[in-house]
Amino acid sequence: MIRKLFIANRGEIALRVIRTASRMGIETVLAVSEADAGSLPARLADHAVTVGPGPSPQSYLAIERVVDAAVRAGCDAVHPGYGFLSENAAFARAVESAGLRFVGPAISTLEGMGDKLAARALAVEAGLPVLPGGAAQTREAVHARAAQTGFPLLLKAVAGGGGKGMRRVDRAQDLDAALDMAQAEAQAAFGNSAVYVERFVARGRHVEVQVLGDGTNAIHLGTRDCSIQRRFQKLVEEAPAPAMPLAAREGIEQAAVRLARHLGYRGAGTAEFLVDADDFSFYFLELNARIQVEHPVTEAITGVDLVEQQLLVAMGKPLTLTQDMVRPHGHAIEVRINAEDPDAGFRPSPGRAGRAAWPAGEGVRVDTHISVGGEVPPFYDSLMGKLIVHGETREEAVHRLGKALAALHIEGMPTTAPLHRRIIADPRFIAGGVDTGFLEGLGQ
Amino acid sequence: MTEDLPLSHEDIAEIAAILEKSGYRELDLATRRFRLRVGKADGPQGEPAITQEWQWAGAMGEAATEAGDAVAADPDAICSPLPGTFYHAPQPGAPPFVRPGDAVGPETVIGIVETMKLMNPVHAGRSGKVAEILVPDGTLVPKGAALVRLS
Repeated sequence: MIRKLFIANRGEIALRVIRTASRMGIETVLAVSEADAGSLPARLADHAVTVGPGPSPQSYLAIERVVDAAVRAGCDAVHPGYGFLSENAAFARAVESAGLRFVGPAISTLEGMGDKLAARALAVEAGLPVLPGGAAQTREAVHARAAQTGFPLLLKAVAGGGGKGMRRVDRAQDLDAALDMAQAEAQAAFGNSAVYVERFVARGRHVEVQVLGDGTNAIHLGTRDCSIQRRFQKLVEEAPAPAMPLAAREGIEQAAVRLARHLGYRGAGTAEFLVDADDFSFYFLELNARIQVEHPVTEAITGVDLVEQQLLVAMGKPLTLTQDMVRPHGHAIEVRINAEDPDAGFRPSPGRAGRAAWPAGEGVRVDTHISVGGEVPPFYDSLMGKLIVHGETREEAVHRLGKALAALHIEGMPTTAPLHRRIIADPRFIAGGVDTGFLEGLGQ
Repeated sequence: MTEDLPLSHEDIAEIAAILEKSGYRELDLATRRFRLRVGKADGPQGEPAITQEWQWAGAMGEAATEAGDAVAADPDAICSPLPGTFYHAPQPGAPPFVRPGDAVGPETVIGIVETMKLMNPVHAGRSGKVAEILVPDGTLVPKGAALVRLS
């Protein structure tokens, strides 16, 4: 059993975890930085404890402080949310050494999936297709790999995530300069400058599969399409992946389950794939061993509370859901409302929301920690909230999204809402099945 | 700190549906803990759309951080284009972008403001000579804070 849960995160996901934990009768203790002491999740958790000053290296990323706070609060489990320490094996180890449960996969899984090359090797073992390419320790090795994959190619940080340390290279003569940049970025962001080389698919879609496992058994909860991205960060996500033949979707889902079973995966995870938009061939990219930002679209079509499933598995319970019990229904779309100015290169725009009128209505869900007077501090990522719509069909979901976005009104800082209004009016989006180059082709 | 959370998203969707079908324009509910307004807004093609606005007790009060946006009175100052942490150098230990006495042009980078994990270069915006670095390295600055003074 989990009686008292420590939440080592902030923002909308902290609130999301508090909601499910409260419903399950679990007491919640939230870690907050000094900058978040007055936040909505801090008010709504049963208890909030300060773990350090605003900058995350001194608070949300300080393993010792976070674990110490969880122990002192008398908690018996830690939910890491997403980002921050959620996929950090050293953190999971510290939590378990302190005698608490870590709400996430086994430490060995975190280690295997945290290194993109190791993850790739595990996927190959499980029989999943991967993109041509691989590790390259030296400049010469990078050139040798490039000769195999051809151009365009992608340089990626081995320890990467969030698009940092990632570079697209179109021509051989640009390879050296791009390699320098990718290594410098990887070093700055992850403390590890190692990169690897991968073929770049010209018209690729980003499709992922939600999996749930209990260490022995594993099932999938269908696909999500997250192709609309800027700087390799997602902006719009939908479930199931639209405009894709059923057989292609099932092939990807089965591959994800094979991987989860091969790993003896425990908890909620997401297998990400690159899908060729023209012939639907697919390649494994990575497995995110945590809850995803975009998990609500899966919840909308399956009716499964993924945070509840995470907590149940963390308590040591076997999955009670079977593959046959998961019957996706309708179509769901999520848009991320970020404190960013889409007309100024997505420049971050922290500040205080003087007004925060979020949409409401049938098939509308809003996950946000920003209410009237809510603050977006300059220390963390820019996500203010997620607008999720669900409809019987994709067409109905798109219609509801249009209505909801028209109603959404936030004052105090520029947000990505106007960009989303343009996205959903684009005929390519309305048709469905766009590739990752969508934003470049978007009209003003 | 509360025992339970008010209103799930399903509850809100139901309230919105009731309001949508009613002749009323707004529901305004205030408790000791929160105020919730669910109202009709103008949607596309004249279709009414519904909004939810939450205000939590004590949330608006102290507008401490809004003291930011301190518009620098000094016309010779280069100001921060956004709030964040101001750094003199590209990396810890690296030489600073500019020193007093340096000549700068409009495109010269005089420092970096880190906001939401992104490094934003600050350009001088005009030509001149650096007279003084006004803010110590690693300081959290509001939008519009004077960073460097030119002579």
